[in-house]
Amino acid sequence: MRFIHEYRDRELVVRIAEKANEFLESLGREVKIMEVCGTHTMAVARHGLKALFKDSLDLISGPGCPICVTPDSGFSMVFQAAEKGKAVLVFGDMMRVPLNGRSLLSLKGEGLDVRVIYSPYDALKIAEREPGKEFVMAGIGFETTSPLFASTILQCVNRGIRNLRLISLFKLIPPALNKLLEADDLEIDGMILPGHVSTIIGIKPYVELVEKHSIPAVIAGFEPVDIVEAIYMILKQLVENRREVENEYSRTVRYEGNVKAIRIMREVFKPVDSEWRGLGLIGESGLALRKEYAYFDAVEEYGLKPVETVKPKGCLCGEVVRGSKKPFECSLYKKVCRPDNPVGPCMVSSEGTCAAYFYADSGNE
Amino acid sequence: MCLGIPGRVEEVKGDEAIVSFGGARRSVRLDLVDNVSVGDYVIVHAGFAIQVLDQEAALEMLEMLREMFRE
Ligand code: SF4
Repeated sequence: MRFIHEYRDRELVVRIAEKANEFLESLGREVKIMEVCGTHTMAVARHGLKALFKDSLDLISGPGCPICVTPDSGFSMVFQAAEKGKAVLVFGDMMRVPLNGRSLLSLKGEGLDVRVIYSPYDALKIAEREPGKEFVMAGIGFETTSPLFASTILQCVNRGIRNLRLISLFKLIPPALNKLLEADDLEIDGMILPGHVSTIIGIKPYVELVEKHSIPAVIAGFEPVDIVEAIYMILKQLVENRREVENEYSRTVRYEGNVKAIRIMREVFKPVDSEWRGLGLIGESGLALRKEYAYFDAVEEYGLKPVETVKPKGCLCGEVVRGSKKPFECSLYKKVCRPDNPVGPCMVSSEGTCAAYFYADSGNE
Repeated sequence: MCLGIPGRVEEVKGDEAIVSFGGARRSVRLDLVDNVSVGDYVIVHAGFAIQVLDQEAALEMLEMLREMFRE
């Protein structure tokens, strides 16, 4: 038992999909299910799960890709920190994000100090090792990620590390889902909820959301059995005319979530209004450092300001993020915009919808 | 970026654990979880354990699925 391979059992996956197809048959109409999380989108592509279902199932990718939903204004401050001579520490996915014809990779090529970290804790160790240098972490991610940065900041306080600061661009998933479900141009019949965001926040925050919008929602893990089972559960709800939050990922997600992680996140951050690519400004959907931790705010300390950016002509990333357009509806998709030459952030991130579609398409060619 | 991978705890040393991912061993921070012991599986995201996997729930679920879909 390694808790991975068991969930890749092809025979079981096919059987569950067959039963799900029976539900699709009896519903007798097109069913649109949104996989909120980019990691789900990528897993669907990687394991070829779409092909197991009847054509009447439409899978729509949602806003669950941190890099994709971060607006250019946010990225521009990360670029500025590097230009102001700070050492910038980012997750690998961010290196190729295109902004006004440049990227962090190209800034690094110009000799600026941009480094890839695997964990925010690495950032702390680097800052400790090089006390003479000022470091800035790019805080990009959802509820899965922000507690790690909060914990790192608490460690900095404890150890007296003063040369590591943060640009907080963190986002919260439930307010974004609420905004999506309020849009009248998006008709979604069900949602696969993100497994690792839910590991932190638990089931509770979705209950009200699901009641308000009357939509079946299932929290799912990331292996093929998990995803196919979640689709089965959503279809079953539709057939039985139920609208509930269910938890397929019970091995990891508890009702109350990870209480300790939530406490640490709340200790360091407070919710603030935040701008999303494709979704606009959403109330209390971002996180800012509390005033007790204002010392760590790189934006204040270094006077970083969002700069005007030019949206690449033709890029539909915003529409893709909110699920109203599919990547192949973009005229640049695959022709100009490819993972080795990304035009928008949706093609950069390993969780980006355009990258996932590209992966699935090239696998089929 | 919300990638989380289950690994087996091989050793606990204060705030850190040595976790094996199918043989590859990595040091993992335990700041966000309580009561981790050797033999537990933890879900690891960006160098931190974000939850202890409930092995009983996992087995139950798999058994249920196999029963439901494999007659
Ligand atoms: S294919 Fe590229 S240019 Fe088109 S929407 Fe996706 S990221 Fe933007």
